[in-house]
Amino acid sequence: MTTGHFVSLSGVTKRFGDLEVLRKVDLDVDEHNVVCLIGASGSGKSTLLRCVNLLEKVDEGEIVVDGQTITNGAVDVNALRRKIGIVFQAYNLFPHMTVLQNVALAPRKVRDLDPKRARATAMELLQRIGLEDKAHEYPDRLSGGQQQRVAIARALAMNPKLLLLDEITSALDPQLVSEVLNLVRSLTEVGMTMIIATHEMSFAREVANKVCFLDAGVICEQGTPEQIFTQPTEPRTREFLARIIEAGRM
Amino acid sequence: MHRVLQDFADPFYFRQVLPDVWSGFLINVHMMVIAEALVLVLALLMAIVRGLPGRGAKPFRGLAILYTDFFRGTPLTIVAYAFILGIPGLRYAGISNYSNEVYGIVALTVVYTAYVTEVYRAGIESVHGSQRMAARSLGLSYGQALRYVVLPQAIRRVVPPLLNDFIGLQKDTAIIGAIGVTEAAAQGQNFASSYFNFTGFLVGAVFFIFLTIPLARYTDHLIKARELRERAAMV
Repeated sequence: MTTGHFVSLSGVTKRFGDLEVLRKVDLDVDEHNVVCLIGASGSGKSTLLRCVNLLEKVDEGEIVVDGQTITNGAVDVNALRRKIGIVFQAYNLFPHMTVLQNVALAPRKVRDLDPKRARATAMELLQRIGLEDKAHEYPDRLSGGQQQRVAIARALAMNPKLLLLDEITSALDPQLVSEVLNLVRSLTEVGMTMIIATHEMSFAREVANKVCFLDAGVICEQGTPEQIFTQPTEPRTREFLARIIEAGRM
Repeated sequence: MHRVLQDFADPFYFRQVLPDVWSGFLINVHMMVIAEALVLVLALLMAIVRGLPGRGAKPFRGLAILYTDFFRGTPLTIVAYAFILGIPGLRYAGISNYSNEVYGIVALTVVYTAYVTEVYRAGIESVHGSQRMAARSLGLSYGQALRYVVLPQAIRRVVPPLLNDFIGLQKDTAIIGAIGVTEAAAQGQNFASSYFNFTGFLVGAVFFIFLTIPLARYTDHLIKARELRERAAMV
């Protein structure tokens, strides 16, 4: 099935036991676009991201990525993940490897680059994110913001066509958030296709082509950032945004 | 007190028995080194099999569980008797004509593999699932994630308990002596029955202790060095 969109979810339902965490979700993401998922914790943002690279198995519905249906069980999972990067809230760097080894591992083992080239590519990326001086440190020696930037570099090292960001600033101290967001902003400038689950509303408003508000596993409302943030039509969206404003987060 | 010293730590007998116990002790070391090398590899394989996902792997997981349950629950003495006395008695051409030492090594390997499988498994399970997930999300296969991300972390964590089991294995080589290999303890026993003096046992004990202490200190050193390297500065 070709939809013309780079990512296309139709009728996606995901259950954990009796709990439906995603209910009949439809979502299209075009190439070089940024889609932001907003909504309370537990609304299904993370699960949605994880379904797109098959870290979670979809119970019903269909997901098409890059013209390929990935939910019919016949897809090569490892090949699919090669073109989809994901960055997690808790960084999940490999603690027994240096920063450089973290970034170079997948290029070496998955893209089959020889070690020297994999290291050179990794070093280039570290330069790009301004952490080349930390290349030979272990992750635990870095600040949260630095670790998260390394995690982004690790995902970028696979030259993904799509990047999924799962609340990547939620575990960071406030003063470390901007360095990570700046890096993400630079990715939007080079046209990286991204789906971003976030609580950073002003950032979403700034970078998103489309914003989706999730509530209880349903995409309650989606539209341009202007539309969602200034003229939300759904009462639940309004209520959510009102609480965000009340908390001083926007 | 004097009697005790005379019977267990007589300087004259100490020197006399030393060469025999030493030559016996070399057999202990020999059995231990081979058995430990085999255990390290076999137990790791067994732990990996126990952790294999999916329905297809279920029979293999079952066999691994059966193995560990059986041999962790059986005293080494019984397993050693079964191999050293039992297998030659079978008179099967291929397997019945090895030395007692070989059967002893097999018995040690079989029993300790069961223990060490559990140690490895605990280590593998202690690595948080998010590590495997991060590896898989980069496109690494199940095996690659295991090999490059999970196992290195798991094995580092279980070095102290592994060492503990290996000290146990080293000492249990003496049980093989009681059944039919003239290692250090058996040499001490032979000496005791000829001279009615037990100094040979002390000599054996000293050898065993001097084998384990440096190993223990070296392990402590390895753990410390890694922490200094990988962990944030401790306050």
